[in-house]
Amino acid sequence: MSETSAIVAETAARIFEDLADPQTVNQAKDEGWQAPLWNSLEESGLTLAWVPDALGGAGASLADGFEVVKVAGRFAAAVPLAETLLAGWLLSEAGISSPAGAMTIAPSRWSDDLKIDAAGVLTGKARNVPFGTRAGHIAALADGPSGPVVALVKLGDVRPTEGRNLAGDASVEIAFDKVKAIAHSAAPVGLDRQRLMLLGATVRANQMAGALETVLAITTRYAGERVAFEKPISKFQAVQHNLARLAGETAAAVAAAGSVADTFANGITDDRFFLEAAGAKIRVSEAATEGASIGHQVHGAIGFTKEHILHRFTLRLWSWRDDFGNESDWAVRLGRMIAAKGAEELWPLVASR
Amino acid sequence: MTAAIQFDQLRLPPECEKLRAEVRAFIAEETEAGIIKPSGATGGDSFSREFSRKVGAKGWLGMTWPKKYGGHERTFLERYVVTEELRVANAPTRLHFVADRQSGPILLKYAPEHIKMKVLPAICRGECCFAIGMSEPNSGSDLFAARTRATKADGGWLINGTKIWTSNAHQADYMIGLFRTSAPTKENRRHGLTQFLVDMKTKGITCNPVYQITGHHDFNEVVFENAFVPDDHVLGEIDGAWKQATSELAYERSGPERFLETYYVLEELVRVLGPDPDVRGAEGLGRLVAQLHTLRRMSVSVAGMLHAGKEPVLEAAIVKDVGTIWEQRLPHRARELAAFSEPEATNQVPFDKKLAYATTIAPKLTIQGGTTEVLRGIIARGLGLR
Ligand SMILES: Cc1cc2nc3c(=O)[nH]c(=O)nc-3n(C[C@H](O)[C@H](O)[C@H](O)COP(=O)(O)OP(=O)(O)OC[C@H]3O[C@@H](n4cnc5c(N)ncnc54)[C@H](O)[C@@H]3O)c2cc1C
Repeated sequence: MSETSAIVAETAARIFEDLADPQTVNQAKDEGWQAPLWNSLEESGLTLAWVPDALGGAGASLADGFEVVKVAGRFAAAVPLAETLLAGWLLSEAGISSPAGAMTIAPSRWSDDLKIDAAGVLTGKARNVPFGTRAGHIAALADGPSGPVVALVKLGDVRPTEGRNLAGDASVEIAFDKVKAIAHSAAPVGLDRQRLMLLGATVRANQMAGALETVLAITTRYAGERVAFEKPISKFQAVQHNLARLAGETAAAVAAAGSVADTFANGITDDRFFLEAAGAKIRVSEAATEGASIGHQVHGAIGFTKEHILHRFTLRLWSWRDDFGNESDWAVRLGRMIAAKGAEELWPLVASR
Repeated sequence: MTAAIQFDQLRLPPECEKLRAEVRAFIAEETEAGIIKPSGATGGDSFSREFSRKVGAKGWLGMTWPKKYGGHERTFLERYVVTEELRVANAPTRLHFVADRQSGPILLKYAPEHIKMKVLPAICRGECCFAIGMSEPNSGSDLFAARTRATKADGGWLINGTKIWTSNAHQADYMIGLFRTSAPTKENRRHGLTQFLVDMKTKGITCNPVYQITGHHDFNEVVFENAFVPDDHVLGEIDGAWKQATSELAYERSGPERFLETYYVLEELVRVLGPDPDVRGAEGLGRLVAQLHTLRRMSVSVAGMLHAGKEPVLEAAIVKDVGTIWEQRLPHRARELAAFSEPEATNQVPFDKKLAYATTIAPKLTIQGGTTEVLRGIIARGLGLR
């Protein structure tokens, strides 16, 4: 990690520690904690890290942004930070300035079908739009008359349905019923649906890796504290082996997510990025399935309560598997790519970095 | 909340990619010449004096060792590239592999100078095969139960007892053996074992084959009857072998050989599924490739951290745990995915043959070099649980 990335990560971690401590957030009676957190993230420039100065952002590097995303995952805070980062990136790619405030992004599902005409009028439906009731704007990638178009839509101009993911975060359906974008511009060459889904997958994989780190940390700590049969449960070999497996899954997630972030941050966008991003979303989602389950097993009943913070991480881990392509979906795409290339090309691709 | 597990991102430097091209060119020549058999994957013929000598001549053995011992003072990352390319190509590396990875580094650290000057250059030339003599009939995971004795004699030691599961012993020039020189103490049951360099031609050593479930003869029972080992063949501290084991372990645990041993099955699976697999085949293949890719990135990252002077002990143990489980599961997964393939698929015959072999050897992958359970104990210790 570069020095600036480390400083950015530290800044983000401090803000979350101060304003989104999982224990405090979990006990909060309402969502009053969100505004101070968001304001602080915004003031420090983290929400628009991927937007250049000229377009209203902080102009940080891609690598810095991924560090922020991972830290956000470690706190599993229910604010649209990752979504705003992604939205800002998408708008910037098309030269559109980012508005102030929270944003979200569409599509996050392969099945979404968004169209835009030459006048910038959008039709179609986007499902499972994350934080789709909380953001001020939506950055969308839609099919235009001559290729993909990036559009900025005011949330007030559409009517999202109610909907939540497993963790209770808004995840809504938005119908674009002849909605006029407040800005739109052709996507640059190479930026298509797949590229957006790959980057979304990369961002989610990094959040998930961060969340798994926390699951490992709190589960290991709990095993050392909880006494059964007159000793800490961490002294039972069965528990140790469960934690070793959780460490293995966390390690796989951290390595895969870090690797794809590094790939994209270094401007690699060919088949190697496809392998890295699809591979990371697949492997990190598998790790989420296994790892979160182990976290619950080691915690026993206390981890099954609303009161305990474990669910903040495990339920988001399980939900995030589905955003920007789930692991089955990416696996089919990756498998088809490998099959089409043929057996001789497999190792050279795997060993290309 | 600090991160306990770290994987630094590493892009292999340009000298590695240049080297990779050289290794691939060499593999292509050797395949052409029939020395490397990509269709083989049957293990029994993986010992080749001719091939190992060629690898030595290329400068790809003892790559990281000092030049005065025949080494090449190259980086661990370069060694990594050679190892992974030879492994994926199914090259016959059995003669030199243990010596290059494990035994040489022990000698470098603990052998007297004149022994180093004699043995290490032979390893680098690819002429020297090593065996590891640790396990005994009543001492496997619990190494400290070893009973084979070394008793002090004039100018050296007399060895008596039996080692077992000793890979390569019947072909090896040397063994690095772990023998009991004192009884364990009440305070420290690990006390009393010493490492020795043993010339396998020594009188009083008998090698009896033990056939594996593949039908092959790879490991042995090695019986010592008053076999004499001179004083200068003691490696390190007498009675203190337990202190010596740790530092090289990270290299040993996290290399590409920890997840690539059944790789050939995956390649053959791609052929059997064909260029346009159904959804089930594509998904299964995609997951396997994602898992392999992740393992390799973990392993490369550990190599990079070692190269940078860090000590990723926990990460290395994790690579071996996750990697060996993966390579063990791979043939079974490939079998499931190929269940509906066309019996006339052009490579059905090689696929079946390689699958049969990989399925048969799979059980050993989570036993040799320390079982999964032992490894998870080490990971648990790294997590601070014990
Ligand atoms: C192909 C192959 C090659 C080998 N080559 C060599 C070689 O060259 N040199 C050499 O010295 N040895 C070699 N070995 C031996 C290998 O190191 C041992 O098999 C291994 O250390 C396990 O010992 P064991 O077989 O005695 O099993 P045991 O130790 O008896 O274990 C049996 C089972 O009990 C479990 N177990 C044991 N202790 C514990 C514990 N504390 N907690 C939980 N579970 C436990 C094990 O995990 C395992 O599942 C080789 C083995 C194989 C399969």
